[in-house]
Amino acid sequence: MTTTTAAPVEAARPRGDARSTSGPRRRRLLPFSPWHLLLAPLSLLFALPLVWLVLSSVMTNAEINRFPPALWPSGIHLGGYRYVLGNAMFPRWFMNSLIVSAVAVASNLVFGALGGYAFARMRFAGSRALMVAMLATMAIPFQLTMIPTFLIMKRLGLIDTLGALIIPSLVTPFAVFMLRQFFLSLPRELEEAAWIDGCSRLRVLILIVLPLSRPALSTVAVLTFLTTWNDLTWPLIAINHDTQYTLQLGLTTFQGQHHTQWAAVMAGSVITVLPVLLAFLGAQKAFIQSITSSGLKG
Amino acid sequence: MSSLPAPLTLSDQDRQRRTLRRRRRRESATAWTYILPAVVVILGLSVVPFVWSLLLSFRADDLVTPSRWVGLDNYDALTQDPHFSQAVRNTLLYTVLYVPLSMAFGLFLALVLNRRIRLVGLYRTLIFVPFIISATAQGVLFSFILDPEFGAANSVLHALGIGRQGFLTDPGQALLVLVAISVWSGTGFCVVIYLAALQDVPPSLLEAARLDGAGRLQLLRHVVLPTLTPVTVFLLLWQTINALQVFDLVYVTTKGGPLGSTTVIVYFIWEQAFKNFTAGYGAAAAYVLAVALLVIGVGMRFVRGRRPAVAAEGAAR
Repeated sequence: MTTTTAAPVEAARPRGDARSTSGPRRRRLLPFSPWHLLLAPLSLLFALPLVWLVLSSVMTNAEINRFPPALWPSGIHLGGYRYVLGNAMFPRWFMNSLIVSAVAVASNLVFGALGGYAFARMRFAGSRALMVAMLATMAIPFQLTMIPTFLIMKRLGLIDTLGALIIPSLVTPFAVFMLRQFFLSLPRELEEAAWIDGCSRLRVLILIVLPLSRPALSTVAVLTFLTTWNDLTWPLIAINHDTQYTLQLGLTTFQGQHHTQWAAVMAGSVITVLPVLLAFLGAQKAFIQSITSSGLKG
Repeated sequence: MSSLPAPLTLSDQDRQRRTLRRRRRRESATAWTYILPAVVVILGLSVVPFVWSLLLSFRADDLVTPSRWVGLDNYDALTQDPHFSQAVRNTLLYTVLYVPLSMAFGLFLALVLNRRIRLVGLYRTLIFVPFIISATAQGVLFSFILDPEFGAANSVLHALGIGRQGFLTDPGQALLVLVAISVWSGTGFCVVIYLAALQDVPPSLLEAARLDGAGRLQLLRHVVLPTLTPVTVFLLLWQTINALQVFDLVYVTTKGGPLGSTTVIVYFIWEQAFKNFTAGYGAAAAYVLAVALLVIGVGMRFVRGRRPAVAAEGAAR
């Protein structure tokens, strides 16, 4: 962990100013940059599996199961979606995933901001030791804690409930430290003025600090959503009953049980990735900034 | 937080400072209420399990009947367990392939994308998108594409006159296929990190080198790559740690098979603890992994401590 400011590193701006490799201008053989000849096929290669995912989700099973399979659907067949949304439990799993992720995002913002603010601005007994202890927990891999966490959840009677999924993700050290670093980068004078005027710490945090911290808050929100929504390991351990499945757990179980109904399986996959995909396309800049800023802080 | 002794004069500012200090004294309790939820959740669900796991690893425990103390037997058994050594070998092979490949592709694509041409934003998006797809969906999707009978991959190979492949069902290919899937989804992360770092290469440095007559390749080798060193070290650490912890993709696609050819360490741990109900044995394996990760983390931090970034400055002169 560095102690420098955590203001999100200016993320990848391909059109950035600090452009490096332009030589003197050359004669043009093509009406466009020759780099397109390399980049276009390469980036299509990355997108191809996802295109195939969407295409096959609107095919019929007959189209998929013949050899060689159809490469383009004969029309938009919604049989897979109808099956998944009607007969299977996907709507329920979707709601479960949504509840777990929404609670995790909200609580990481609240508890991360409170904890981060206490560490950044308040002086209290044991703060230093506590901070070191929390930082150290970031080095403990999940595989080490998952067995006892399962036992704790079992004792609390939470196995097979969404509570078992929610409690471990209520607040992460990442959220606390991300926000602490950002708060430290803000000018202190503003807060102190309000504080002297008799504002409580909580009011200062809510009215002054948080409105200035949107980049850090969105980083915490984005990464919390991404990791909770996409997680499979912990739901696999904590949940046995299919009414409590998350989408990821539901999808892999569903695939195992409907091995030949590929259209339905692909429709289920589309539903599983769609929220993340839409969120990404809608807030691409925030996503990429979050990932680079958290990454580069390492 | 200034800890200087109060000056003797009482200007307005001093009075303010004294008020501040008085309020600070009262705020220890407030601070603790702010931090308490984080402390309970984070320490409660990591420090407690951390110790509990260690105790578990010294016991024979099936999570149901009372456990008994067996000392280091679990660790002894691990060293002799052919399944565990296979899991270690598989994980290392996966890591040794995935980490350099994803980083090399990432660096290459970032260098190509770091220029002012049209559509570059679209290219970046397309390359990055697989990274946000869950390992579950990746696994399901590629099980479909690579299905030996109905998959699109085999029909493309068929059209090219290449015989039918087993992919994930072939013990000789399965792990390599998993590496390929991971490279597909993990390269975008490296691209984005390298692109961000490339923006930070000081233009003055490039300008100076160019004035000294450095060509494109020399510029790349002696200026750009050295300035990227800290990021490369970070990525190496990050990708390695993630690769050693691979699980979801394996669970969804192969469940460790065929013939144990894709059983990785975390899959081994999960199997021992939650399928065979030998929690103590699983905990011992988890400790072995955790210690390995810690050693890598500390080792990398040590390497990183010796700031190689200065080399860039020297190289430019």
